[in-house]
Amino acid sequence: MSGVFTGRLRTRATGLHPPADASAYRSTALRSPRHAPIQLPSTASEETGPVFGHDLIGPTDADLTRNFGPGGAIGEQIIVTGHLRDEGGRPVPQALIEIWQANAGGRYRHRNDGYTAPLDPGFGGCGRCLTDAQGAYAFRTIRPGAYPWPNGGNDWRPAHIHFSVFGAAFGQRLVTQMYFEGDPHIALCPIVQSVPDARAIDRLTARLDMDATIPFDARAWRFDITLRGLDATPFEGRP
Amino acid sequence: MTRESASQTAGPYLHIGLAPNAAGLPMFGGDLGARMVGDGAEGTRMVLTGEIRDGSGAAVTDALVEMWQADAAGHCPARDPAFTGWGRTTCDTAGRFRFETLRPGALDGQAPHVTLWIAARGIGLALQTRVYFPDAPENATDPVLSRVPESRRDTLIAAATPEGYNIKITLQGADETVFFDI
Ligand SMILES: [Fe+3]
Repeated sequence: MSGVFTGRLRTRATGLHPPADASAYRSTALRSPRHAPIQLPSTASEETGPVFGHDLIGPTDADLTRNFGPGGAIGEQIIVTGHLRDEGGRPVPQALIEIWQANAGGRYRHRNDGYTAPLDPGFGGCGRCLTDAQGAYAFRTIRPGAYPWPNGGNDWRPAHIHFSVFGAAFGQRLVTQMYFEGDPHIALCPIVQSVPDARAIDRLTARLDMDATIPFDARAWRFDITLRGLDATPFEGRP
Repeated sequence: MTRESASQTAGPYLHIGLAPNAAGLPMFGGDLGARMVGDGAEGTRMVLTGEIRDGSGAAVTDALVEMWQADAAGHCPARDPAFTGWGRTTCDTAGRFRFETLRPGALDGQAPHVTLWIAARGIGLALQTRVYFPDAPENATDPVLSRVPESRRDTLIAAATPEGYNIKITLQGADETVFFDI
């Protein structure tokens, strides 16, 4: 091998992700490192991907309306679908996507969530799937409710679904949130607005997809996800 | 070209999504990444523990920690079929986490190390760091460690414990851990 640094993973874009210290999102105050992260080209540790047990992912894990309690979930049934690609536009197949969300009333099935909306006995709030050979994924779930959170006194999260995504390489690991087109809380939310690039926020906003909508059953929302790509040019500081 | 999707915090309830059984939801027959070492794995077993503190010294109790490492022979991803090389766990009420794993071998050109990935409320882009071992002679020539200012290198070196190693992670402040964008 010619060197430890191969520079295969493309450097993360500056000004795309939220800064560590985003003052309007108060939880960042004590959890934001004061030093910038040390930027280095990738090594084998970042360019290889985890083995989490693909055979453990069951076909019904992606249906949040049925994967928890008996009877099914309460709320507006929706399909959330899209493609996982890298920055070069290549599909990322066999990648693990995990999601979690509040129920239709805006309440999480989590011991620390004390919001007054009731729990739904038919809804756990998490699901997972693998992307197919074309990088496509799909979940069936219910549209989550908006909920208030302790931050500025009267802050409400827009309706959202949390996404955790693996790529082919551990250095592509991404956690994000999906929002719904047309939600007025997107513009008001300190967490969303911590993303400095308006176009990047737009890409976190799922669009109504009538082609994927199942007639007389469930409307579909399209959410495509992009992971770090491979760099065509070698890293300059390479030894 | 479409750039990477923007990151967003995992929020306070990430455990129900990524470690539901640990969060009290019986889902999927178990949590992914809970068991790294199977029967017959080759190498030295070790327990890697850690604790995470914020800028005020308070324990970070809601974090999710993932780790990624080479197998005992230094292959990443692991070639040992009885070892996954990937683990995921949650912090407890004292901000502590624990992985039962194998001591990694030295990767080609690098000192033995473990990559840690930390997601939590208040963290907009998950934090990535590395854990090195205090007794590894390869540390002296490791190409990543050597690019960390000497005064901060200690934050990446674990301390020996009776069952393995422990790493203190400080998100902010005087002993702030070195985080990487690699
Ligand atoms: Fe949330």
